[in-house]
Amino acid sequence: MRHRLQFTIKKLVRMALLLLGVSLSAFLLMDAAPLDPLQTNIGQAALGSMSPEQLARLEEYWGVNTPAAERYLAWLSGALRGDFGVSLLYRRPVAEVISLRLGASVWLLLSAWALAGVLGLTLGVLAGANRGRWPDLLIRAACLTVSSTPSFWLALLLLMVFSVWLGILPIGLAVPIGTAAADVTLPQRLLHALLPALTLSVAGMANIALHTREKAVDVLDSDYIFLARARGERHILIRHVLRNVTLPAITLQFASIGEIIGGSVLVEQVFSYPGLGQAAVAAGLGGDLPLLLGITVITAVLVFGGNLAADLLYGVVDPRIRRGAAKG
Amino acid sequence: MKNRRRNTLFFIILAGTALCSVTLAGGLLYEGAAAADFAQKNLPPCPAHPFGTDWMGRDMLRRTLAGLSLSVRVGGLTAAVSAAAALVLGGAAAAFGGWVDALISWITDLVMGIPHILLIILISIACGRGLWGVTIGVALSHWTSLARLIRGEVLQLKGAPYLQLARRLGVSRGRLVKNHLLLHLMPQFLTGLILQFPHAILHEASVTFLGFGLSPEQPAIGIILAESMGYLTTGRWWLALFPGLSLVGAVMLFALAGERLRLLLSPATAQD
Repeated sequence: MRHRLQFTIKKLVRMALLLLGVSLSAFLLMDAAPLDPLQTNIGQAALGSMSPEQLARLEEYWGVNTPAAERYLAWLSGALRGDFGVSLLYRRPVAEVISLRLGASVWLLLSAWALAGVLGLTLGVLAGANRGRWPDLLIRAACLTVSSTPSFWLALLLLMVFSVWLGILPIGLAVPIGTAAADVTLPQRLLHALLPALTLSVAGMANIALHTREKAVDVLDSDYIFLARARGERHILIRHVLRNVTLPAITLQFASIGEIIGGSVLVEQVFSYPGLGQAAVAAGLGGDLPLLLGITVITAVLVFGGNLAADLLYGVVDPRIRRGAAKG
Repeated sequence: MKNRRRNTLFFIILAGTALCSVTLAGGLLYEGAAAADFAQKNLPPCPAHPFGTDWMGRDMLRRTLAGLSLSVRVGGLTAAVSAAAALVLGGAAAAFGGWVDALISWITDLVMGIPHILLIILISIACGRGLWGVTIGVALSHWTSLARLIRGEVLQLKGAPYLQLARRLGVSRGRLVKNHLLLHLMPQFLTGLILQFPHAILHEASVTFLGFGLSPEQPAIGIILAESMGYLTTGRWWLALFPGLSLVGAVMLFALAGERLRLLLSPATAQD
């Protein structure tokens, strides 16, 4: 138990260092951007009508002449206390904007993530078990097609078919237009999240299915399956294959967090879904650097958190790792 | 499927030919792609305009080809740069070990911690957007997984008897790397290079679609598809369907070629 604790603490320290690195590199990238803080924050027109004294005061306020290191440290000390600065586009604290947007995205992301994992694992095992026969070929062809398809185009196609052509699903947004926030019902929300979630999970599924298939093929080729078959065991797929495929499946599932979030940036843009991804695009296009920095850090927390969760889950699933990790 | 060698060769030649012809056609059609003809606007696909025309009467087939050629060129450049970066960084991490390895692994983890799209957006903002912003962004974000692969491979090779033997026989360090190490890494490197290609093209199109890449009058698949969003509800399906399909086709060709090469070069599946 003490070893598990040590292992976890070591991972947490590494994660904290990586987060520091992410925030610093994102900060430096934004600092390198040829964006004049005065112009992006106030606008060209307003700048023209200001006196030099006013300009000097504003320059001081936005830290034009402060060195980057000092500004980063100021941001960092604020961020550690939960203050990520003020979003320029929304004129509200970044933390508030992010929690609002993440709240809208979280169910979309979670359902897409879960669905992608379940679909990917099932299809992968199914394909591996039927190697060379038509289910395998069909699943592989489908996965290859999906992984070659940009998720935003898939979203466009689904929109065209279900919303424009068949007219059975809403064309965008998270709630119906013209309805007060208090009056929106749960079925309406679900209906609006259906297509985005479907697009995201289909896009995420292909990679998981293809890797699971390879692993399932490896397992089925092994000596212990040969022995199990020779002994006339039944339920080989569930007892042996599924168990041995679980470990790589956990890796893939938690590694896909970044991809799902990245995909949501595109998919939310197509469906005008007011989530975190759409905020990231708006912040990037509008030069809202504090918000973009905040979103980058939060996303990295989710990705690294996923990696940590996978590392810890290995120990739960596999007794060999539980003992092995104690040494390392 | 009879002969994997021949089959792979066929796909690589097909992908290469498609790459060349699309680049060539795109270059030749670049002028015509922006030509507006308001007498011919909003036409659905017909023999004269197989992909239809848009609201300015621009021929969608020409625009698609010009856009695709841009994507292919950006994809090729970025895949080459990021594969080279992966080779250098992965090789250095494994060869030097110690703090170099720790540092490179840390940077790899760091880059992997930010989703590709977000990282490309950040880098393209740092470069002041535009085509170069996207190109640099894609090139700098795609080397990580290949670098890890190459690091693992070099680590394994370092202890290989044939390398130990060569060193004991007095083969110089430079020759050791050139004749024994790099040559052995070639299959992984080439496969990685070809498999980077589809990812690079898809991310270039995605970021352009979001509006970080090129200006609206330039032909790019991302721009065309972003534009088509405005006409979805009016039933102009051809604006989104055909450009997207051509992109998927191009990406799939390279994915297939790379996948086949990977299967052929790995001894476990070569005889499958």
